[in-house]
Amino acid sequence: MTLKIVALTALALAAGSTAALSEPLKIGLITTLSGPGAGLGIDTRDGFMLAVEQSGAKDVEVLVEDDGQKPELAVQIADRMIQSEDVDVLTGIVFSNILMAVAPSATAQDKFYVSTNAAPAALAGAGCHPLYFNAAYQNDNLHEAMGEYANREYKNMVIMAPNYPAGKDSLTGFKRYYKGELAGEIYTQLGQTDYAAEIAQIRASGADGVFMFLPGGMGIAFMKQYAQSGSEIPVIGPGFSFSQDVLPAIGDAALGVKNSGQWAKNLDNPASKRFVEAFEAQYDRLPSIYAVQAYDAAQLILSAHESAEPSDTEAFRQALLKADIQSPRGKFSFNTNQHPIQDIYLTEVVKEDGVLTNHTVETIFTDHGDAYAADCQM
Amino acid sequence: MSLPLLIEQALNGLQLGIMLFLMAAGLTLIFGVMGVINLAHGSLYMVGAFACAAVAAASGSFWLGLAASLAAAAVAGALVETTVIRRLYARDHLDQVLATFALILIFSEGTRWLFGSFPLYLDVPPLLQGAVALPGGVQYPAYRLAVIGLGIAVAIGLYLLIARTRLGMRIRAGENDREMIAALGVDIRSLNTIVFALGAALAGLAGATVGALQSVQVGMGEPVLILAFVVIVIGGIGSVRGAFYGALLIGFVDTAGRFFLPRIAGLFLPPADAGLLGSGLASMLIYAVMAVILALRPKGLFASHA
Repeated sequence: MTLKIVALTALALAAGSTAALSEPLKIGLITTLSGPGAGLGIDTRDGFMLAVEQSGAKDVEVLVEDDGQKPELAVQIADRMIQSEDVDVLTGIVFSNILMAVAPSATAQDKFYVSTNAAPAALAGAGCHPLYFNAAYQNDNLHEAMGEYANREYKNMVIMAPNYPAGKDSLTGFKRYYKGELAGEIYTQLGQTDYAAEIAQIRASGADGVFMFLPGGMGIAFMKQYAQSGSEIPVIGPGFSFSQDVLPAIGDAALGVKNSGQWAKNLDNPASKRFVEAFEAQYDRLPSIYAVQAYDAAQLILSAHESAEPSDTEAFRQALLKADIQSPRGKFSFNTNQHPIQDIYLTEVVKEDGVLTNHTVETIFTDHGDAYAADCQM
Repeated sequence: MSLPLLIEQALNGLQLGIMLFLMAAGLTLIFGVMGVINLAHGSLYMVGAFACAAVAAASGSFWLGLAASLAAAAVAGALVETTVIRRLYARDHLDQVLATFALILIFSEGTRWLFGSFPLYLDVPPLLQGAVALPGGVQYPAYRLAVIGLGIAVAIGLYLLIARTRLGMRIRAGENDREMIAALGVDIRSLNTIVFALGAALAGLAGATVGALQSVQVGMGEPVLILAFVVIVIGGIGSVRGAFYGALLIGFVDTAGRFFLPRIAGLFLPPADAGLLGSGLASMLIYAVMAVILALRPKGLFASHA
């Protein structure tokens, strides 16, 4: 009994000391924590929870669930979270196909969805929604940046991606900016592990560069096999192909490879330094861009909660739109379609104290939005 | 389309087939002798890759890792056989599928628990780094040539083991009539354990050799398992010879499909659409081949026995 009173007093004091908000915030984090894509989900969860812990907010509850990289499972979890757990905000999904199964139905039930990664074109243009925010990018952005960069270095490229929606978006984004010739456009199978046939074609193509979007284990396999093939044609790719979760497994074959990102570990701003230090101290590894994106998503949700009740959707939405956070990315604001406007950098894989990581080389796009914002009517 | 490119693609098909054979041989051996459908075969492949990566990272030697992969997968296989599979011989295939599917989940989460969710690093040994020049202007990765050599050596070794040794004789007898050889005084329990451990060791060896070329990560075994099943169904379930030819067929068909189909589609479609259509068709091709073979020879190319 006494304990209960003490606890209640402490809660009241804590609430009184902040903005005197009565409503607690309930967040449902659905992400991929098992199966081959688990590395990305674990970074998402850890980045998100780091921001929640750092905020010290006591009236915030985060429910974490594993979608096993299965859309049907994610839909079940989301329905339960919305209908019986009564969450205010959903977040955390890594893969675009899973997001497409969850986010439109969540927003239709008046719940916010703040994406930590997946950003399909379908939700950025005509299909945008007032309750759907993306804290990461639009799917095409990092590919567009490499297309712009490739114009300077290459005239005749082979471009390659897995045959699935995000793979097609990748090559579309790349070609939106790349003006040179194409020596080949190769689609591989999703989850393919042997690339000998494709590498032989690349070598025989006479191309002066290769752009490849192969996230996760696919990129690891390709880079290891490419390094053994004796091909001298340089490889570039979006940041996903060379993110922190795969670099240690690719090894030195990735050294010096140019890629793109809206953040890298060496970005010179205090928020980034604080973030990297705290992440390393907490989890004993370097954060990937997935962790940064989730960290910012959490910061955004928490910042909105400081000035608005989640039940008052319009006020909460306006508070989110302000993007009043210290992002490790530096500048961060929302476009009219509630996707980020941010700088996109050329990054390079370097070895720092024996560990492979990405460093920024230069800014490719300043205050970059996306190609779909004009179609979004809210 | 130059000749060296065609030779290179043929070698690629051969190498993919050889790799599939290492995986399929164990699977078909286990089914042939014990009548067990072992879905956890892909997990043993993963065990081999993780053992190799972990030991190579700790010792700095790929070769020690390779030895460790054989040992770890064989031990894991023997343990699985004595604790789980042994209870399933008398049950029907559905029970076997359920139990071995459970084993996949246990192995995957166990591996994640031990090694974490991020892929491990495993590189080609220094001796086999880079590409070598072959006659005809072909450049081919030394490591892939070594994999071809290893696979052929294993195939010959398995042939000799099964055709020329006492153990092989018992394996063949076990395939024909389990009750009879038990009645003749052969210790069928230990024969089962040995065969299962042998099949597991082959899967582990495949996992370790492939691990140097691919991503060593949780769940790496399941895509290969599906291909291995296609191989043994085509070859005739239970037949090691069938697994060999089935694996080579799948290796060549898959490589040729990925290489030629986008080009053929490109004759009448713009490049982007041709790439999509070609790769879509290529991913179906091996299953189409399987369907055709099963229609013509329902028991596979080399049905082992009635």
